[in-house]
Amino acid sequence: MNAAPPAADAFLERLPLIARDMLTVWFPEPARWLLNSLLAIAAIIISFATLFSLLTLAERKILGRVQNRPGPNRTGLPFLPFTAGRIFGLGQPFADGIKMLTKEDIVPRAADQFLHFLAPVALLALSILTFAVIPFGRHLVPVELDAGVLYFFAAGAATELAIFMAGWASRNKFALLAAMRALAQLISYELPLLLSIVPVIMLAQSLSPTAIVTAQGTLPHWYVCTPWGFAAFVIFFIAALAESNRSPFDLPEAESELIAGHLTEYSGFKYAIFFMAEYFGMCALSGMGVTLFLGGWQAPFSFLEFIPSYVWFGAKLLTLLLLFIWIRATFPRLRMDQLTRLAWKFLVPLALINLLTAAFWHHSHNWSTPLQLVRWAIAIFLVVSPFLWLGRALTQTFRPRTYRYA
Amino acid sequence: MNELTPPSFNPPSGAQVRAVHDAFHGDLLEVSMGPHHPSTHGVFRMMVTLDGETIVKLKPVFGYLHRNHEKLGENTTYLSSMPYTDRLDYLNSMTNNWAYALAVEKLAGQSVPERAEYLRVILAELTRLLNHTCLAGFLLQDCGASGTPLMYAFREREKILDLFEALSGSRMMCNYQRFGGCRVDPSPEWLTAAQSLTDGYGRFLDEYESLITQNEILMARTQGVGVLSPALAVSAGVTGPMLRATGVNYDLRKVDAYGFYPRFPFRVPLGDHGDTYDRYMIRILEMRESITILQQAFRTLPSGPIIDPKAKLRGFRPKPGEAYGRIEGPKGEIGFYLISDGSPNPYRYRVRPPSLVNLTILEDLCLGQTLADAVIILGSIDIVLGEVDR
Repeated sequence: MNAAPPAADAFLERLPLIARDMLTVWFPEPARWLLNSLLAIAAIIISFATLFSLLTLAERKILGRVQNRPGPNRTGLPFLPFTAGRIFGLGQPFADGIKMLTKEDIVPRAADQFLHFLAPVALLALSILTFAVIPFGRHLVPVELDAGVLYFFAAGAATELAIFMAGWASRNKFALLAAMRALAQLISYELPLLLSIVPVIMLAQSLSPTAIVTAQGTLPHWYVCTPWGFAAFVIFFIAALAESNRSPFDLPEAESELIAGHLTEYSGFKYAIFFMAEYFGMCALSGMGVTLFLGGWQAPFSFLEFIPSYVWFGAKLLTLLLLFIWIRATFPRLRMDQLTRLAWKFLVPLALINLLTAAFWHHSHNWSTPLQLVRWAIAIFLVVSPFLWLGRALTQTFRPRTYRYA
Repeated sequence: MNELTPPSFNPPSGAQVRAVHDAFHGDLLEVSMGPHHPSTHGVFRMMVTLDGETIVKLKPVFGYLHRNHEKLGENTTYLSSMPYTDRLDYLNSMTNNWAYALAVEKLAGQSVPERAEYLRVILAELTRLLNHTCLAGFLLQDCGASGTPLMYAFREREKILDLFEALSGSRMMCNYQRFGGCRVDPSPEWLTAAQSLTDGYGRFLDEYESLITQNEILMARTQGVGVLSPALAVSAGVTGPMLRATGVNYDLRKVDAYGFYPRFPFRVPLGDHGDTYDRYMIRILEMRESITILQQAFRTLPSGPIIDPKAKLRGFRPKPGEAYGRIEGPKGEIGFYLISDGSPNPYRYRVRPPSLVNLTILEDLCLGQTLADAVIILGSIDIVLGEVDR
């Protein structure tokens, strides 16, 4: 970023940096880099832990509203004035936390004690690692890695290992089945997830999240506003649903089939850690989706740049998270074979064809203005026709029926 | 089928099952689903043998809720068994009551006044709406929807339960029918409320269907899953919507023409595939027929007594003999077989529970399907463990 735009120097934009410097200025220079890193880690963990607790409440409230019921609205914050103690059930996350902390931690006698303990820890650690490379704002990049995107997906894929560990170590048949499902799901969906982001890397010509964000400008230049970008975003989002074990791909913890899947033998705070790690994974994948397709921390229009970049990032992140919740409230669950079929026979071919579309888009960017319409038409055709063709093959085994009467 | 395929056997439903106990496939996994599993609809247990996630053997284990119902019926008077029948299929106490009352009326040769017959039809059809609505919700819950269809279904169920409570004093354990009539006469306000509920029910069904019936995931999960052949269904004694989903036209309301059902024209929907989706859809379509029956009944409800004035409640001793009374319950043929020896208690009291008979073919439906399918197949059979175990 040579010739930084004036928005980069605005007071609100620099506020996190100023706050950090006010803390670290009291320490000698050699220790500052360490303190800066520690502060970044603390800020990420605190803000996402808060987001997690509010998100659990938001999810329950939204699910409740979708289902014609109020959701949790009894537990409040009694120390808040004028709220009669129960403002939107805002105290629910704290009550849940206290409950989880005080519950007995039960480890089955036959379980592998060490792995049973290690699984939630590993899952949480790995999912926090993925936050390191996401640019949360113009000046808020925890670690500037040139291959940040690669690092993100490597760390993210490792979380499934922890789920398998949990299922295996529990020495429970349901947990074992869940572990198998988790592995199959990982192998199936890692591929469309990675293939869907390849066009972004091709066109941004960088693996660095910061460079990818900078390559997108205001709204018309976000990658999601191109035909290939939209297709890639949809594939990415579906694969992200599966990667974070969210409905309708929540097979590893399918409640109606496998009781609680890999979480069957977990209780107390270990269970809470699993829960937290899954939400962290969801947040991280949403954050990466925002970075890759939705312009990252960029404002949609340049006149809106007075709002600091981290606010824009947060708003986009929340939008994606609400989309996750909405989908959860709406769909029944897929079966294992249907899940893998969707990945291998639909998402992977679509993502591969999308590579061609992106290449065409890249090489036709200097077509003259009247030809731009042709360019759009060709690109949309390249996206829509394989979608319809593959989709018909996917859905040909079932159709709406009519019934006869005696 | 090539030579490498190990010998297979064909269960009656036609599902292909591979014999898998060989060196390549390794050992089978035996899983005990239940009795405390979230989706066995009570305390039911399935001993499932799995090859991967494919079911090669399934042994239903029930009896956890056995309450000695039939022996209790032989040790109490005829009337004091009536509240016990509520507890058989605790979703559908009204139809249980009716079937039992019908059996005793046959035994004692009692007649039922016209208004009471109308009320029985009205309450039975309301019960059918209630049961099928619940089933649609439960089935979707078993498919993994996060409670949304269930809550929509339960919203409507609450309205019907409120009606039952206003009429009989109890939401689920209604204890409403008596030998020779009904217990209480509904007020005009009740009838208005019931009529407006009936008129609005079609709108709920439209909403529910537009939300979920043509959902691709639901169709993919249920179509072709758990196919029941008409031959097996008939030979196993399967009744109710489950039988009609296989295409067999057998509805006791038409066959026996009991009550005043011949007075109300209605159609019997039939399925062509006998799979889980058909079982779901037949219930939705039956609800629409129930609405038309209810609307006709409300229009033509006569006034008059609700119980035969000659009916004896105390000191009731039917003359020696035997009788079998059956009606088309929401789950299938619910019947009561009674033998009287002239004493105040029945000599023999036997229930024909539709849930239990329909459940007997569970293994045939589940073989070759996956574990996830077994859950929705069980859900589509529509069992209530209170009735299975008695």
